[in-house]
Amino acid sequence: MLSVLVENNSGVLSRIAGLFSRRGYNIDSLSVGVTENPDISRMTITVTGDDYILEQIKKQLNKLINVIKVVELKPEKSVYRELILVKVKAHAEDRTVIKETVNIFRANIVDISPKTLTVEMTGDAGKISAFVDVIKPFGIIELVRTGFTGMQRGGIKITD
Amino acid sequence: MKASNAIVKCLEKEGIDIVFGYPGGALVPIYEALRTSNIKHVLVRHEQAAAHCASGFARSRGKTGVCMATSGPGATNLITGIATAYMDSIPLIVITGQVSSRAIGKDVFQEADVVGATEPFTKHNYLVKDPEDIPRIFKEAFYIASTGRPGPVLIDIPVDIQKESISFSYPGAVNIPGYNPTYVGHSGQVKRALKKLKTSKRPLICAGGGILCSKASKELKTFSEKAKIPVVHTLMGIGSLPSDSKYYVGMVGSHGYSFSNRLVAEADLLMIIGARVGDRATAGFKLANEKTDIIHIDIDPAEVGKNINTTIPVVGDAKNILKQFIEKIEALETEEWVERIKALKNGSTVKYDHKKSFVNPKEALKTLSHMVDDDAIFTADVGQNQIWAARNLEIIDNRKFFTSGGLGTMGYSLPAAIGAKLGTPDKTVVCILGDGSFQMALGELATLCETGLNIMILLFNNNRLGMVRELQDTHIGKGKYFGVDFTANPDFIKIAHAYDIKGIRVNTNEELETAFSTALNSKDSYIIECMVDPKILTNL
Repeated sequence: MLSVLVENNSGVLSRIAGLFSRRGYNIDSLSVGVTENPDISRMTITVTGDDYILEQIKKQLNKLINVIKVVELKPEKSVYRELILVKVKAHAEDRTVIKETVNIFRANIVDISPKTLTVEMTGDAGKISAFVDVIKPFGIIELVRTGFTGMQRGGIKITD
Repeated sequence: MKASNAIVKCLEKEGIDIVFGYPGGALVPIYEALRTSNIKHVLVRHEQAAAHCASGFARSRGKTGVCMATSGPGATNLITGIATAYMDSIPLIVITGQVSSRAIGKDVFQEADVVGATEPFTKHNYLVKDPEDIPRIFKEAFYIASTGRPGPVLIDIPVDIQKESISFSYPGAVNIPGYNPTYVGHSGQVKRALKKLKTSKRPLICAGGGILCSKASKELKTFSEKAKIPVVHTLMGIGSLPSDSKYYVGMVGSHGYSFSNRLVAEADLLMIIGARVGDRATAGFKLANEKTDIIHIDIDPAEVGKNINTTIPVVGDAKNILKQFIEKIEALETEEWVERIKALKNGSTVKYDHKKSFVNPKEALKTLSHMVDDDAIFTADVGQNQIWAARNLEIIDNRKFFTSGGLGTMGYSLPAAIGAKLGTPDKTVVCILGDGSFQMALGELATLCETGLNIMILLFNNNRLGMVRELQDTHIGKGKYFGVDFTANPDFIKIAHAYDIKGIRVNTNEELETAFSTALNSKDSYIIECMVDPKILTNL
């Protein structure tokens, strides 16, 4: 997983996406948003590849003029989170069980309709897949995920 | 100040005295500003040539070249030229007119997303949205194009923005947080490299185009002589070490000399300087032995470790790093190795059955090498002519050799020669091309005439695409040619005359010297058309 600090202007996303497709690297997920400094955005990019590919991706990203800093978020030294929204079938007899499951996972019900519940859940990859596995039997109508976002643990800053 | 005037002012502030371009609706305000400036405008006949001209200019003058074209087709026509410069790390500023900012995205007449389209072929590009940004953008663009690993930077300027008024002040410095090229080699890495060199029995330097970008030829010569290390080079590295230097060996790669390639395989240490280890330079990444220690010096960290595993990477500017090495290096014991190289080199000759009715390109290029000045500039196109030129021209002393090495763009050599001549009018410029590549840029003869300058065009005519023909022969099967014959080629001498350019057709080797002498001593441009045996091979 890579954390990438970029200038906040239009075109940056296209440059980064273009770089990945051009060189045949796969993006598993990408999340982006503005940082504490409104001129700078930060992306979290999840990629699959061996050490060689990861090294190349880092170097190629660094070559882009709009990219300010690239840091690899190593699993043991970082926190990652992803937010998902799940719209699940919720018949009257299932509602209590779903609510309990939601509580156990410290998720939230954010919308309700006569036949469905929409649940918001935040967590790392393990928690999310566990939650999805448990909720699946009720019938998932749709599911949307933000992609991972992450930062290094401890007192360090990406620009350090 | 009007934004269009500000744009021209930015060029003047950067010391630009020539721009290459082709006007159009979205460039009208800038052209009006150019008309009233001291900058010379060279009107090309196709936008692609504007980029190639700027490339030839940049390479001969040693500074950034500028070209411009209008929106839509003007800009898309430029793209091959931009990509050519990008692959060969040539510093260019490319200015394109864009449709009015209010019309962008509405698919209006002559609209194209040029910033999007050139993303893969530019070092960086800009779409100007606020006219007040013009001075900053130009300052940044020139800085980015010419520093670090050079390359083209495009600035797309909507026509309505060109007409607005701005307060002009040209920034003295740039502030680009994401761009900080490394220039000086890491001293620890240099120390490690020096240690490796000391124990090497068969060291070899492979010099690339980076030596020329960083103007480090002198340092390379000093280093190779002080350390006693032989030097091979890539196609882009031609001229990085004069071919009459003591430790000069020759070109490597698919079209290099077999002895150079053999040495790469035999070396116990390969010092790659300013080369990106391209497939053509390594004959498909297979040349170097796996046990060979590799020291890779390059200003672009992304090139280190990309195509070849590196033992010791040193990132930085070749000139600086070579100086660091020169300071510390002592002569290595390479006498035996150098003797072996001499023996290999002397034993290598490519045989060709000379035919009386044709010119042998090797003979022509050797003869020419003996006759031109020591600081002449050669441009070569793409195809057999490129490889004949690369293998047989003697690039001694201050001679230069420009070709499209990375992208392999046909039609490069004529506009590049025009640009090179405009960059350094006192030098002899010889443009080498084939009948295929000539016809891709034929219209630029008019550009040449308008400049009033003289170049010599050496045309190797075999009335076909000789290199593709050879590929079909070797990869498909003997005689299985398709789509490579030009059965209705024009009379090139008549074409020369139509442009009021002098021309001589040469059918035998015996006529070469007289023809060259006439052309080189003429004040006018000359086309020497050499009739070449269609069966002749590339690696001559």
